[in-house]
Amino acid sequence: MTVSQVSFGSHEPVLDVQNLTVKYVGDTRSTTAVDRVSFSIGTGEVFGLAGESGCGKSTIANSIMRLLKDPAKIAGGSISFGGKDVLAMSPEELRRFRWQDVAMVFQSAMNSLNPVLTIGEQIVDVFTTHAGYSRKESLRRAGELLELVRIDPSRLKSYPHQLSGGMRQRAVIAMAVALKPSLLILDEPTTALDVVVQQEIMAQIKELQRELGFSVLFITHDMSLMVELSHRMAVMYGGRIVETAKAQDVYANPRHPYTQALMGAFPPLSGPRVPLTGLPDGVKFRNIPDLTEAAPGHHVAPVGADASAADTAILAGAAR
Amino acid sequence: MSHAVQSSQRLSTDTEAPALEVRGLGKSFPIGGLFSRDSVRALQGVDLTIGRGEIVALVGESGSGKSTLARCVARLEKPSSGEILIDGVDVLKRDRFQASRAFRSHLQMVFQDPFGSLNPAHRVEHFLRRSLAIHRKGGSSETETQQRLEELMTTVGLQADMLNSYPHELSGGQRQRIAIARALAVEPRVILADEPTSMLDVSVRIGVLNLMRKLRDEQGISMLYITHDLASARYLADRTAVMFAGELVEEGESLDLLANPAHPYTQLLVSAVPDPARAGSYDPVRRAELRQAVMASMKCAFEGDPSQACSAEEPVRHLVGDPENRHWVRCHLYQPWAGAAGHALAGEPTQPNRPASNAQEEASA
Repeated sequence: MTVSQVSFGSHEPVLDVQNLTVKYVGDTRSTTAVDRVSFSIGTGEVFGLAGESGCGKSTIANSIMRLLKDPAKIAGGSISFGGKDVLAMSPEELRRFRWQDVAMVFQSAMNSLNPVLTIGEQIVDVFTTHAGYSRKESLRRAGELLELVRIDPSRLKSYPHQLSGGMRQRAVIAMAVALKPSLLILDEPTTALDVVVQQEIMAQIKELQRELGFSVLFITHDMSLMVELSHRMAVMYGGRIVETAKAQDVYANPRHPYTQALMGAFPPLSGPRVPLTGLPDGVKFRNIPDLTEAAPGHHVAPVGADASAADTAILAGAAR
Repeated sequence: MSHAVQSSQRLSTDTEAPALEVRGLGKSFPIGGLFSRDSVRALQGVDLTIGRGEIVALVGESGSGKSTLARCVARLEKPSSGEILIDGVDVLKRDRFQASRAFRSHLQMVFQDPFGSLNPAHRVEHFLRRSLAIHRKGGSSETETQQRLEELMTTVGLQADMLNSYPHELSGGQRQRIAIARALAVEPRVILADEPTSMLDVSVRIGVLNLMRKLRDEQGISMLYITHDLASARYLADRTAVMFAGELVEEGESLDLLANPAHPYTQLLVSAVPDPARAGSYDPVRRAELRQAVMASMKCAFEGDPSQACSAEEPVRHLVGDPENRHWVRCHLYQPWAGAAGHALAGEPTQPNRPASNAQEEASA
């Protein structure tokens, strides 16, 4: 599957994922969590990955970071970052690749801070381990970093429990961009936060992105949030990408029935009150074919006709 | 407290008593150790009425006191002051020490986390059968009980054979449906649902909301739907009440309230909802002003209106727009009590003297 994609910023992709397949291998049977997924992210571009729980979004993020553990196995495809093959990296190369080149903010990241160390100690740790700065220099930089996400540098001495959820999340984002990575992976960064804080965090990320110029892989199930933040986006179902296009195009004109259903799962904030159906239990897609170009830059998996081509083993209802 | 608006409301609707009425409810939690007399006020003077067969949404951000209100009304917490009226009787006076069974069969709660609210050691049947047995709603024979169990499962849209499943075998949406079925088993007139969909996957959220709507339409059950998701409040609820720092600041017909939010706090909430239809809606300057207005407003939109007197001391309710919409807003001049700022807009203090463009940037520093 070759998908020529319009990217924003430079045409040189920072990250290029081709035909990535990830399997969870069991004793008696294996499950394909990610099935021949291809996408690329350009410099300074925000790329969104949408889909419900279990569709393989986080597995992709973990594959890019090479964080998959048994029983998950990358069964095929390639991931290249700035021309380097991520899948062929040695442990030492990986160590440098993670955090310096690609940083990740995990789901409920605010709970991933170490409760017995101050915020300052944890940020200093990033600088001393990965960048080799002295302790004093690291502390100075840690203060700057907190200012960048608008937390008072005096908070360096605070323990995580002394900060609110939103502040903790901002601190984690600050740590992620500490080494100026060229790609930031955000895996549901605001799921645990309420709307007002979510809005602040997203505005913050946008601003940091403008300032530091990194690319973003943004993973969420919230379509509205995704359309607001992303330049381009892809919708996943059962390990496959079913639609990819500019975010505004997907929002204005969703072509795949699954995308339409996912959009229909969020009640709107304006207009008349109409009954929504969400995703009825009967909606299941199997053997999702490769994407075809439905409109310029808008790629959709065809629906209906090829359901009988049973050579691809998508597990039924993987997204349930 | 003046309740001019409320009393006119009551006249306009049916004459029968509302399903649930809360008057001047307050709750404070002691803080600072055994010998400390300090306390934090989580609720203050909350008046809320839920009519029969009406769904009222309670919205606000984390820490605004939404859940405390639900827990007080469900009598899982003891309110410090106020009245909870059911059929005109104050249940806090009637059963002073703990909620009676009669009260429990009138009002049930559905919690946020369906993974935590069902005991993993029991089958689904156990939860429902127990509710039926305790409240003697199972009928006189085993056949009737069995029939009732199957009815309950059908009502919430599940297969009857799931009665034999354990909670871990069910998806989040199915578990939340079981939690709703358990509440329904006692045939309540009011259900308090505390963020019933926020832990669920997107694909099943609408299904649970639709189920709640169906229960209201078919069985006339009144609901208090607590959420921070304004869009779902708009989708489900007839009326929406906005809570800020333990007090209600605005209330009205959901569509009208979200289309014409009058209180700066409501405007702040509405502007925070991502909506691609109004892309680029984030305006830091505007938000800094709103935040400023929430914490210490200097003017009120109704100042100078002879029919609606303003007050900085009393939480006066101003009527907004058409009385049909039963939309009121608390006078902007009223100041939330000192200390409310501490948790309600945590980490985002306002800069009183600086409405300039970078106020918001500096504010959160």
